[in-house]
Amino acid sequence: MDKWTLLFDVERCNGCSNCVIATRDEYADNRHIGYAEPMPAGASWFDVRCTERGSYPAVDIAYRVATCQHCDDPPCAKPVPGAVRKRSDGIVVIDPVKARGARSIVDACPYGAVHWNEELQLPQHWNFDAHLLDSGWNQTRGAQACPTGALTVRKISDSTLQALCRDDGWAELRPELKSQPRVYYKNLHRVYSIFIAGTVVMETEGSEDVVEGAIVRLLDAKGMEAASGITDGFGDFRFDGLTTDLTTACTLDIAGPIASGSRRAAARVSIRDSAHVGKIMLGATSMGAI
Amino acid sequence: MLETLLCGLSLLLRVLPRWNPDLAMLLKDVSYVAVIRTKGAARGRTFKVHNGRVTSHGGIAAGAEVVVEFESARVGIRLMMPPTDWLAFVSAGKRFQVTVAGDDILACRFMQTVNAVQHIAWLAGTDCQDGTVRYTTQTNGGPCFVYVKEGRIIRITPIDLSDDDGESWVIRARGREFRPPRKATVSPHALNFKSMVYSPKRLLYPLKRVDFDAKGERNPQNRGSSGYVRISWDEALDIVAGEIKRVKSDYGASAITFNHPSHHTWGNIGYWISALTRFANAVGHTKIHHNPDSWEGWYWGAMHHWGNSLRLGVGEPYGTVEDLLKEAEMLVFWSSDPEATNGLYGGQEGTVRRLWLRELGIPLVHIDPFFNHTAAFLGGKWIAPRPGTDTALALSIAYVWITESLYDKHFVEQRCYGFDVWRDYILGVSDSVPKTPEWQSTETGVDAATVRALARQWGNKKTYLGAGGMGNAFGGAGRSPTGQQWARSMVCLIAMQGLGKPGVNLGNLQWSTPVDHSFWFPGYAEGGMSGDLANTAAALELYQRMPHLVSMNSVTAPPIPRLRLPEAIQGESVSGQLRDGRSIEGQFTSPRYPGLGHSSVRLMYKYGGSNFSTMPQSNRYAQMYRSANLEFVVNQSIWMEGDAKFADVILPACSPLERWDISEWANANGFMPHLYTQVNHRMITLQHKCIEPLGESKSDYDIFLAVAQRLGLGMYFSEGMTELDWVKRMFDASDLPSITTWRRFLKKGYAVVPAPEEGLRTSVAYRWFYEGRRKDVPEPHPLPSEYKKEWNQGLQTPRGKFEFECQTLKRFAPDDEERPPILKYVRSWEGHQSARTQEYPLQLITPHPRFSFHTQGDGKSAYVNELEEHRVWVNGYHYLILRMNAQDALERAIKRNELVLVHNDRGAVLCAVRPTHRLRPGVVHGYESSAQYDPIGVPGESPDRGGSLNLLSSKRTQIKNAHSMASSACLVQVRKWTPQDEETWCSGAAARPDGRREVKQSFADVAR
Repeated sequence: MDKWTLLFDVERCNGCSNCVIATRDEYADNRHIGYAEPMPAGASWFDVRCTERGSYPAVDIAYRVATCQHCDDPPCAKPVPGAVRKRSDGIVVIDPVKARGARSIVDACPYGAVHWNEELQLPQHWNFDAHLLDSGWNQTRGAQACPTGALTVRKISDSTLQALCRDDGWAELRPELKSQPRVYYKNLHRVYSIFIAGTVVMETEGSEDVVEGAIVRLLDAKGMEAASGITDGFGDFRFDGLTTDLTTACTLDIAGPIASGSRRAAARVSIRDSAHVGKIMLGATSMGAI
Repeated sequence: MLETLLCGLSLLLRVLPRWNPDLAMLLKDVSYVAVIRTKGAARGRTFKVHNGRVTSHGGIAAGAEVVVEFESARVGIRLMMPPTDWLAFVSAGKRFQVTVAGDDILACRFMQTVNAVQHIAWLAGTDCQDGTVRYTTQTNGGPCFVYVKEGRIIRITPIDLSDDDGESWVIRARGREFRPPRKATVSPHALNFKSMVYSPKRLLYPLKRVDFDAKGERNPQNRGSSGYVRISWDEALDIVAGEIKRVKSDYGASAITFNHPSHHTWGNIGYWISALTRFANAVGHTKIHHNPDSWEGWYWGAMHHWGNSLRLGVGEPYGTVEDLLKEAEMLVFWSSDPEATNGLYGGQEGTVRRLWLRELGIPLVHIDPFFNHTAAFLGGKWIAPRPGTDTALALSIAYVWITESLYDKHFVEQRCYGFDVWRDYILGVSDSVPKTPEWQSTETGVDAATVRALARQWGNKKTYLGAGGMGNAFGGAGRSPTGQQWARSMVCLIAMQGLGKPGVNLGNLQWSTPVDHSFWFPGYAEGGMSGDLANTAAALELYQRMPHLVSMNSVTAPPIPRLRLPEAIQGESVSGQLRDGRSIEGQFTSPRYPGLGHSSVRLMYKYGGSNFSTMPQSNRYAQMYRSANLEFVVNQSIWMEGDAKFADVILPACSPLERWDISEWANANGFMPHLYTQVNHRMITLQHKCIEPLGESKSDYDIFLAVAQRLGLGMYFSEGMTELDWVKRMFDASDLPSITTWRRFLKKGYAVVPAPEEGLRTSVAYRWFYEGRRKDVPEPHPLPSEYKKEWNQGLQTPRGKFEFECQTLKRFAPDDEERPPILKYVRSWEGHQSARTQEYPLQLITPHPRFSFHTQGDGKSAYVNELEEHRVWVNGYHYLILRMNAQDALERAIKRNELVLVHNDRGAVLCAVRPTHRLRPGVVHGYESSAQYDPIGVPGESPDRGGSLNLLSSKRTQIKNAHSMASSACLVQVRKWTPQDEETWCSGAAARPDGRREVKQSFADVAR
């Protein structure tokens, strides 16, 4: 049977948070009997988190949705049998009656997506707007309010989902948990990985200019090429999608274009977070460390 | 015949209330006798209203409370025969061929009742399953559906278009087809509305300040400190109307002023340029003259180069979306963050178009001290000049273009004037300082190499310049101390590259979509129901299409320039240049307040959003309100926030979801033509009265009517109509009946104007100018007399050309060093080199907010407060975020979400810090327009924890020859907030019986 699946493309999100507000609008002060008690102020069952990477002047901003992952094997269903239901359409629902008092359901969620309602003594989460889908809606509030299509929901089969992951780059937030979520992301490297950016310049007749078209190679600790690229019209390069294995011990090897007189430069880099490594001057005789 | 009509009316009044709730409501809780008769009482009929029922008989009862009199039976028949002929009705009224006499309240009620007879089968909203009704509303951030169940709003959603809505346009560019999504994308603050409606800050009852007595002690010095007591509407209205009468008798109408913000909740009837204006004109008042607030640089600067005075100095926007997508090879965003505000009112319609830039791989550059939301969303090269230095950067780009021949020489020679003079300045011929990339780097902090690279790419590629939030206008650096220089530099750069050449123009895809430009629906500045032909654009079209009574302010005294309001109230004589778009020279006139023989202002009618967070150096407003010169302050507001707590009497207005209105999304015609081209589908909405007004709140219209009735002006103000009658009247006047019917519109709540055929699209902005043709874009500007040679040929400037050397400035003030005839770089008076940096070393920038629409949507426990990018919850309060370069934060040992005092000698504001690399070092960033002004001690003299950062900006005008604000940048210091601070500012609070707090230090002491 087809199951509801949420797809979130980091690359298309502008951080407007319409989805957060729309979801709050749906649950704040509204009781959906059999589905959810109201969402209290301060709780955010459906949130957008901002990740900032880099250092001035090379920065990257990315957003991702943080909410219930609607796991096919939900860890939150284990503590109190019957209180959490995995529906055949893929949606996980925390029963607002049976789950009362069961704080263990909050603790069981490895994503931190179940919230404790102190006043009602109730674990709560975003239930995929199940009450709306059951009454004929074909999308969730967040997806409907999304202007860019970064957030979409689809009712698809497992095989379609597998194909999306295989062919189109969709991925789980935390595959190591093996919880088989129904929430998939694209371009998560902008949240989790490291980038190295820099600017290549050279000096001619006393004035400094950026170098376009320089070939920049990123070499690992063994001197093997891990990535390569060409500087743009501002002399800038950026290698993204890196991990600390590489970024804590690597070298930038730069070859200027023929127009630069084939000048070269190299710099050692050791960083743990994304950064702009500064200006690299072509023709420098010795290797700089950054 | 007249008798037959009257008899028919009586029959309908008797029968209809059962099916017509509007009518039933008007007949409820009221008893009176009305007669309709001809002059001399020859013919007529009597109507008795009692207990919700109407009885009627032929003949004329004596002692009727309401008497409607027609000059003759013929006039009566003409005016009473449906559908109403408004032109005949208004004309007859003006000639006293029809009069309504008697008690004004009952007269209005009777006329509204007669009108309501026509409300047959008016069904609003669409029934959904489970008893929910789907209504429609319109906001500053786009149209929404409002779902209501059992009188309560359940949810508010964007509108997905249906198949029977008008078709969309398609743009074909570089082998691709681009179509907008079939939905109305809205801003976060639009979706926020339920929380605003049910906010705990709602004003639900009329209030009176506890220590205010209109007949005794008024205690103006306690405004902002004292509490309030609930009073009845009758008492509140009697006080307000009584004060208006007293002040007018004692001082004259010039002693009254209406203080409203630039915006209001959306809607053509309830807007300030509508009901408020008609009411204010009927009362008489000294005008508060608005500066072109978010458009300053364009108005006072750019206009002198290219005219466009009726557009606030902003250029034509036409056709640039399509041209950019088809032709441009690069796009430079300069102080342009459309993703923050989405232009002005544009929902997120521009966002979906800007995604196409990525699909086409068009290289992007972002010039802004802040790595803004547009840069974050779209990527590209980020260049971060120090705030206030943009002009130096621009001049050095021009230097590279001149020295490397990278500009459109043909255009500069044929279509421009005075380039030589400017060129000599840039090359250093006239002042020995060549404006090289190296020269600018000491000012801007931007590498010379980066500037050279930018200039060379720009000069070699067809490049669009997106300047300001709208791409050719609005916000950004134009609101800063160097705003007029910045806007001048923007237009000079694009002129050098050949303005109007394919792929070369101003724009950032924010407006000029290929929607229908000829379908007419009035924009909010076309006057609504104001009838004001002098101060709104009603004369343009609406007045002819919707005949209604004219209104005119009889006070001829000079206005108060808005930015000097606090000083004016406190007794200073003030002046400021006018915003008068008729000509370029309109801005040179500078009247002085108060006028000869006219009283200064004694009574303030405050309406709408806060001065504290939107006006510069706004602790001044606390001093203003606490001045004894203001004998009476009434505040008409939806929420208890901002200025409301400085009033003597507060009148609770309902939210727009609790009243009727009609409007088009983003249509600001009369203020800014064709602003609706920001949206992908023109959408006109019936703003349903979704729920009854909460508590005892009333619509602005009904409040004005109630005050007007106590002045005998009720019939004049309302023309005997309800708000819904005005909505219908505007519907009939517009082009809407060509695409829908009233009943369908009322039920469905919106109509989409179909996109025109491709061949009927407008031409591209300034293509005519570039090619040396007559103007061929659909704007009726400038005024005919502004053309110096032949109509519709050339620009509005004296030479009809783009003037690098501005002849208007040369004539007006050739030696003005702040604004010389050619664009020069003049250091900011509040920049990184000014003397103030000794004490206040950080440059604070305060752009337009992203998640609220100015004060609307912010504060008041609204949903957006919980967004981690908007406010932060610390110790039980939602503090505004201050973004700070991570290195600067580290040096001050300030960590994320710690509370800090942002301060200078003008004020102090508490914020929560967000260390970031999105700012160049030395710059801090926070949004302007907090809804909250929460001084922790004496108002005006203590730190505000509400986040009103405009307490810190300077009241100084950008340049002395312009009534302009410079509020988006100022110098501050930032330090951690300590428990000792709390003690210093708040001690003594409990000790004093009036709850006021002692001040132990001044803002100037904080730094030491």
